[in-house]
Amino acid sequence: MDNYIWLIPVLPLAGFIINGIGRNTLSKGAVGFIGSLLVLISFGLSVATFLQINSTGQPINVELYDWFSVGSLHINFSFLVDQLSSLMLLIITGVGFLIHLYSAGYMHDDAGFGKFFAYLNLFVFFMLLLVLGSNYLVMFIGWEGVGLCSYLLIGFWYTNPSYADAAKKAFIMNRIGDLGFLIGIFLIFNTFGSIAYADVFGKAATMHPGDAPFVLITILLFVGAVGKSAQLPLFTWLPDAMAGPTPVSALIHAATMVTAGVYMIARSNILFTLAPDTMEVVAIVGLATAAFAALIALTQTDIKKVLAYSTVSQLGYMFLGLGVGAYTGAFFHVLTHAFFKALLFLGAGSVIHAVSGEQDMRKMGGLKGKLPITFFTMLAGTIAISGIPPFAGFFSKDEILAHAFMHSTTFYVVGVITAMFTSFYMFRMLYLTFYGKFRGTHEQEHHLHESPPSMTIPLIVLAILSIVGGFIGRPEILGGHHWLQHYLAPVFASSTPLLGEQELSKSTEMVLMAVSVGGALIALIYAYIKYVKNNQVPVEDTEERSLLTNLSYNKFYIDEIYDALIRKPLDALSGFFYKVIDKMGIDGLVNGLGKGAIESSKGLRLLQTGNVGFYIFMMVIGIIAILIYSLQMFII
Amino acid sequence: MENVTNAIQTIPLNEYILLSAIIFSIGVIGVLIRRNAIVIFMSVELMLNAVNLLLTAFSVYHGDASGQVFVFFIMALAAAEVAIGLAIIVMIYRNTNSIDINVLNRLKW
Repeated sequence: MDNYIWLIPVLPLAGFIINGIGRNTLSKGAVGFIGSLLVLISFGLSVATFLQINSTGQPINVELYDWFSVGSLHINFSFLVDQLSSLMLLIITGVGFLIHLYSAGYMHDDAGFGKFFAYLNLFVFFMLLLVLGSNYLVMFIGWEGVGLCSYLLIGFWYTNPSYADAAKKAFIMNRIGDLGFLIGIFLIFNTFGSIAYADVFGKAATMHPGDAPFVLITILLFVGAVGKSAQLPLFTWLPDAMAGPTPVSALIHAATMVTAGVYMIARSNILFTLAPDTMEVVAIVGLATAAFAALIALTQTDIKKVLAYSTVSQLGYMFLGLGVGAYTGAFFHVLTHAFFKALLFLGAGSVIHAVSGEQDMRKMGGLKGKLPITFFTMLAGTIAISGIPPFAGFFSKDEILAHAFMHSTTFYVVGVITAMFTSFYMFRMLYLTFYGKFRGTHEQEHHLHESPPSMTIPLIVLAILSIVGGFIGRPEILGGHHWLQHYLAPVFASSTPLLGEQELSKSTEMVLMAVSVGGALIALIYAYIKYVKNNQVPVEDTEERSLLTNLSYNKFYIDEIYDALIRKPLDALSGFFYKVIDKMGIDGLVNGLGKGAIESSKGLRLLQTGNVGFYIFMMVIGIIAILIYSLQMFII
Repeated sequence: MENVTNAIQTIPLNEYILLSAIIFSIGVIGVLIRRNAIVIFMSVELMLNAVNLLLTAFSVYHGDASGQVFVFFIMALAAAEVAIGLAIIVMIYRNTNSIDINVLNRLKW
């Protein structure tokens, strides 16, 4: 029964190899078919695995082979499928398949069609490796692999230098995080003598909370998560990553890869639970990121940038959830976020497709009638992300906020305000895009059309999931029994008693829900009045803005600050090294040796007079000198 | 053979060493002060033969024939060296109409 699990990642890898080799020879239909079908089969196998785990409740361990042994370090290449990874498998292969299907339509006219599918398949393979690995090293391979695919796909249209720069930015910022993760793995090995989950978590559970190694290890792991999941201060790569094709933004930079950090912390939950200080840091960073990114998203005019900052903000919510101990809630949000954010990105892609590649919302508007399917599915996604019941986002966000309230009222207040912002900017995007009059050129207006079925079907499926997906975690107070919490309970079993959850009273919980829903509704109505009733459109770049708007529109000048604080000093330092150390020091030494040789030989050259008699005389002198030298021992 | 050995041994070893040293020194001085290439060549031969003489004498006094065998090698070598050396001198003469080594003063860098 366990024999087929290795097929789940291997199938997309096969797709990568077939599509990669045949990218120029296979027809576009064949490439799309192979790429999508293999992921679909993986999805089928993932469903089978999920059903098995759901019925038995037993994690499945698949030992593939001994990888290597060095000293006391033994690494098995093995997979662990438990409740957590089985759900991740479903997201990756399920959403992944829908996005493959969508790409077949979206990328149809692109010259690099075969290459694109090869990269997508490779990404799915690495992502599956990341969640399937049963030790930190296998996870790290996947972790690096998805980073590579992210780089390749952001820079997919590499002939445009700014896209290529965005790819490099993403890769380099991820590298900072990866270094933290790697050192964290070393420390784990140093502390526990193993890097297999089972050994590490088993040993950790017997240790005392707050021990020094835990704080250090978890901080380093969190640094890794910060890089991968685009949290403060390493979040600036994600908005730039929107340079990639839209399906990539949906799959990699919304649904799967950026949630790898959340998965990693949820996986290592016992380590984090034992380090309360780190938990506090995680919560604060998450909350700050959520609020900060939401503030930026308020004024963005590029439809994909709005979604990008919203992704950063939602990831911040997930980390807030992790930080306050709501592991289930955070993972729940990963799940629902994958649905509605993939939907929103794909919908945005459909809009961009319809208006001939325009991404500026100031040049859209009035698309409701022309793109009905896109409109209704994006409406579902927007309601879901805004946290309005009974759509998916409401349940997951509410669970995180409830836990934040138990932890600290400040966290809750900031969280709710951020949720209001979320609701505002999402509806702002929806209104600017779909309501009012079309503001683009005449030619674009003539060209407006609904996308082909291969693009709308994924939208519809994801919209349905965004609507009903939240019910897997319906809290008891709303008549559910929170299936997800019971399902995931074994994964967090050792953390739960340490966290010492207190229960909220039913009335408090009701009030909390009412507050967040009310906030979202108020923001929605405000956006409606501003952008539909009064027909406001964000001003052009040339016009004056108020100070706060300007700050937000320019992303608080974070890129410029990094530029001034990090890039410029580094540039100056490397300039110094180049001019002084390299040019003068090292080059001076090498050139000096050469010059010295030339100068001294100029003097020595004069000894060679050309007089043969002198040569012979010197030879005799030399022989006598050698003779004296070798007779020394007799003389003394 | 016995006679020859005995005849050699009638003269003390010191005399041989002295004779060899004198011949060798004559060779060295000849090489150093003469300018005629052929004379220099002859001086080199003198040095070689001084060594040969010494080797033979030691060989006899030691009762070990390998020293004499060595002398034959040196003679063969000297013959080969002479063949090449004289050829070079002939070439020099054809080019410069002289065998004065001071004429060859462009052997420098």
